[in-house]
Amino acid sequence: MRQDTNNLPDVVYDVRGLNLWYGETHALKDVNLQILKNHVTAIIGPSGCGKSTFIKTLNRMIENVPGVRTSGEILYHGRDIFDKDLRVEELRTKVGMVFQKPNPFPKSIYENVLYGPKIHGIKNKQLLMEILETSLKASALWDEVKDRLDDNAYGLSGGQQQRLCIARCLAVQPDIILMDEPTSALDPIATSRIEELINRLKKDYTIAIVTHSMQQAARISDRTAYFLLGELVEYDYTERIFSNPRDQRTEDYITGRFG
Amino acid sequence: MEFEAQLLQQLEIEKDREIINRRPVRIDPARIRRRVWLNNLLQRVFSLSTAFAIAVLAILFYQIISQSIGWLDWQFLSSNLSIFPEKAGIWGAIVGSIGLILIVIPVTIVLGVSTAIYLEEYATEGRLRDFIRINLSNLASVPSVIFGLLGLSLFGRILHLGSSILAGGLTLSLMVLPIIVVSAQEAIRAVPGFLRDGSYAMGASKWTTIWKVVLPIALPGILTGSILSVSRAIGETAPLVVLGIPALIMRVPTSVMDDFTALPIQIYYWTLDSVLTREYANLASATIVVLLLVLFLMNSIAIIIRNKFQKSY
Ligand SMILES: Nc1ncnc2c1ncn2[C@@H]1O[C@H](COP(=O)(O)OP(=O)(O)O)[C@@H](O)[C@H]1O
Ligand SMILES: [Mg+2]
Repeated sequence: MRQDTNNLPDVVYDVRGLNLWYGETHALKDVNLQILKNHVTAIIGPSGCGKSTFIKTLNRMIENVPGVRTSGEILYHGRDIFDKDLRVEELRTKVGMVFQKPNPFPKSIYENVLYGPKIHGIKNKQLLMEILETSLKASALWDEVKDRLDDNAYGLSGGQQQRLCIARCLAVQPDIILMDEPTSALDPIATSRIEELINRLKKDYTIAIVTHSMQQAARISDRTAYFLLGELVEYDYTERIFSNPRDQRTEDYITGRFG
Repeated sequence: MEFEAQLLQQLEIEKDREIINRRPVRIDPARIRRRVWLNNLLQRVFSLSTAFAIAVLAILFYQIISQSIGWLDWQFLSSNLSIFPEKAGIWGAIVGSIGLILIVIPVTIVLGVSTAIYLEEYATEGRLRDFIRINLSNLASVPSVIFGLLGLSLFGRILHLGSSILAGGLTLSLMVLPIIVVSAQEAIRAVPGFLRDGSYAMGASKWTTIWKVVLPIALPGILTGSILSVSRAIGETAPLVVLGIPALIMRVPTSVMDDFTALPIQIYYWTLDSVLTREYANLASATIVVLLLVLFLMNSIAIIIRNKFQKSY
């Protein structure tokens, strides 16, 4: 990987020689990549290339799938997340995740946002209200829901539900947010609202986002990683990936001449 | 190259259009008539089957209710057993049945739900778990007499509980436990995985996720299954007969260690003795009405819970 070693931005994740198997299926092959602080990193590639697998490995959610094996290292702020002494629960308070299909709990909007803070032991009513408001404001949902915080989250539209899930994630105050195709279940208007949101969140958070839309990657990301058949083919500045890719396979994919 | 591809595509379209214009699917009106006729016939067969079931039920109810008229009154509910039919009542049996329920509910729900949680959420997938699962389903279909025998040797003889309410309650709990475990497992399994993921992704531990997300959603299903199982337990006679519940108990039980009688037991003995004393048949019918009312009530509650909380994701 080409890297400007002189003024290197902070590295949040340093993935080194990561391999992953589902039983016999070799789903990630020797992946090396660094996710940089306050950057939006897009992960693109054809379906089945291992995008979801990769992003779920970063917070070890992948371990909920039986029969998964990994090798290699993933350093999160310099600490190997596969380390025996590391508690995944603790890691996941720092690494939030937003899923493909909005998955709010069948509870009120209020309970959804404060789920994280409450299970982590925050009881102070005033603090909880502060967290509620800032999280909903940061996810651009506050104005739409401030008068119906006690309503069930299932009454919201798909786009609102996804922003609620982002708010729920922000309420734990993570450093980095992992998103797995967060707009693929949404209409174009809801999608552009989420994209605007990501642009704003970038100031305070690091974001890694899987997307199957190259336009989306081009619009919102600083760096783009192109995966193919479990391999990281190319990882570079987004403009460079889209204007002047170095690998023929990347170029084929970008230009839609993909086989 | 480009041109060739276009040409090929054009040819494909032409071929498809030719097939469409030919209309190769021929419809046979006679066949449609036969199908419609079969449908009408089956519709009648099915409605007759339903009518048959309803008729049997109606006859049964008619017989029981007509026999119980004049016998089912406050005096019958509130007095204790007696060998004289006019003075006999089922207060003792009601107390016995309530005692059984009070043992069965906590024992089965605590053990059953814990087991279901373990099997669904904690046990790692593998042969052992499959083995336990299959055998739980098998246990759920073991005849109740067998559980009576198990209760007799385990609680009655080894633990010296005799034929007390405690022995009866624990025996019925054993009988009901597999059913509760299986239904609770189903309720837990029906909670979508993406909701668990939402919780885990925020750093929740497994237990927190179970307690805050899984159980609240599974609760209506668990309750419905539990109520139905418990209502099965209070209608059971066989295991209690095997335990050796005495035929005639004059004393109303005051503790779980007392001997007791219960509603189904009383129905059983009165029906047996109705050859000797005609009026015992009326007492049995009156008791059946009481038992049926209790069962209807419990099943209605279960159905209301199920309908009220049914959700789709
Ligand atoms: N739970 C699983 N069990 C077995 N194989 C899986 C599982 N999930 C994904 N895979 C395989 O791993 C590969 C990568 O899948 P995934 O990461 O979901 O791809 P993407 O998100 O890029 O579409 C695919 O070949 C897929 O079949
Ligand atoms: Mg995917």
